[in-house]
Amino acid sequence: MALVSLRNVSKVYPPASKGAPSVTAIDSVSLDVEAGDIYGIIGYSGAGKSTLVRLVNALEHSTSGEIIVDGQNIAVLPERDLRKVRLGIGMIFQQFNLLGSRTVARNVAYPLEVAGRPKHERAARVAELLDFVGLSDKAGSFPDQLSGGQKQRVGIARALATQPSILLADEATSALDPETTHEVLALLKRVNAEFGITIIVITHEMDVIQTIATKVAVMDQGRVIERGPVFDVFSNPQAAASARFVSTVVKGIPSPAELAVLRERHTGRIVTLAFRDSAVDQKAVFGEFSRAGVAFEVVYGGINEIQGRPFGHLTLALTGADPVIDQVLAHIRTLTTVTEVR
Amino acid sequence: MDALIDLLPELWTATYETLYIVAMTLFFGGLGGLLVGLGLYLTRAGSILENKPLFFVLNLLVNFIRPIPFIIFLAAAQPLARAVTGSGIGNNAIIFTIALAASFAMARIVEQNLLTVTPGVIDAARSVGAGPIRIIFTVLLPEALGPLILGYTFIFVALVDMSAVAGYVGGGGLGNFALLYGYRQFNPIVTWAAVLLIIVLVQFVQFFGNYLARKALRR
Repeated sequence: MALVSLRNVSKVYPPASKGAPSVTAIDSVSLDVEAGDIYGIIGYSGAGKSTLVRLVNALEHSTSGEIIVDGQNIAVLPERDLRKVRLGIGMIFQQFNLLGSRTVARNVAYPLEVAGRPKHERAARVAELLDFVGLSDKAGSFPDQLSGGQKQRVGIARALATQPSILLADEATSALDPETTHEVLALLKRVNAEFGITIIVITHEMDVIQTIATKVAVMDQGRVIERGPVFDVFSNPQAAASARFVSTVVKGIPSPAELAVLRERHTGRIVTLAFRDSAVDQKAVFGEFSRAGVAFEVVYGGINEIQGRPFGHLTLALTGADPVIDQVLAHIRTLTTVTEVR
Repeated sequence: MDALIDLLPELWTATYETLYIVAMTLFFGGLGGLLVGLGLYLTRAGSILENKPLFFVLNLLVNFIRPIPFIIFLAAAQPLARAVTGSGIGNNAIIFTIALAASFAMARIVEQNLLTVTPGVIDAARSVGAGPIRIIFTVLLPEALGPLILGYTFIFVALVDMSAVAGYVGGGGLGNFALLYGYRQFNPIVTWAAVLLIIVLVQFVQFFGNYLARKALRR
């Protein structure tokens, strides 16, 4: 049984004015998040990903469908009961959303106050959390005295205060610079590894997915258009939108414009080879070229690694007699996917 | 000048009355304004206690009462003042009427200040399971405290202004003093003494309000 399970969930906003069409933000989405996953949900602005994650802790209410969190359909729960459910789900935000009137320590203590924990217990837990996020020395500071990365670490400490089993991260690194982004992502990875907390990450940056997610769902216009283990989606994206996202972090197949430039420099035949995992032995492939006496030059591509597994595409410009090249390519086709580009 | 010296006891009494009227109206009007302002904020579309009919009524009420010139409102609300305080004249009647008018003026200021609180922090509070009452007291009011203090300082000046016409319905205060002993007896020095005292009072309160707001905003 998945920890979070969406069944045909839709969210329709009523028309903004009379006569205007209603807006379908989420269009019958089904999704299963297993305990221990770091589940990435990626999409462009307006794809519905933020709305989707806000349905999981009922900050917004679905129009139809079931939202099962830890075995309980929260779509039918009244607001009073939802407050208890939310204690078990932490959330961090793009704009951090810390309380400016409270110190760092009192921000982290806030969920504990809501949960009605006694004062001495709160103090101990806050100290423990600030130590975990490395901000013990900032306990007495106010949020406006912190950097963006520090604010998000306070946000994470606050979200973890009540020991939730699920953490929702809504564009948690989108307001941060690349270096700070990686610090925060590393911290989220620790949260997952050390406490076994299931994390749902919303982002528009494929880099974030590549760095921490184990599974990914690609959203477009309120629908999930592709999903699967991150390695599978990265190495072999099916939907066009997924391929566009993948191409933002993985240099794979040259675009038509890039190909035109390559063509100017190389008059011979150009082929793209796919490498995926250890299933394809690069040494064997390149050995075939050497044996046949076909010279090659790598002109485009890259090999990436997701969760320790390499994959990628290499585009080669070949020099040699046509029949020989045909023969070699026939051999290599038995080893991997070969695409001749013209 | 001699006239003013003779009138000094009356001047002090008038000053005390003004302070009394303003303090009472700041308390009741401030409280009323906070409640109506919170009501406006909480019931508006998209807010945590969204309630379109209630918002419509509150909004209409505020828009209806706010533009009425106070001296007309004072006359118009006299029957209500009589029903509530037992008399249509005197300091209690004027306190009631000013507090009522100030509630609606203050409501707008409270509403506007609450709107400056980022909706995100309310999401954050909701996401840890906080209910509406807790959000009001632990998020909304503390987060908007600085601007709210400035708003109350602003309304204080309006209260001094409104209290000046108390003399028309048999109330006291510096406005009544200036009219009675200055204006009607052709003695500008007496009028200016009252003006001076009001300036000092307003300056002092404005300074104090700014100080508190600065503390709340930690700037």
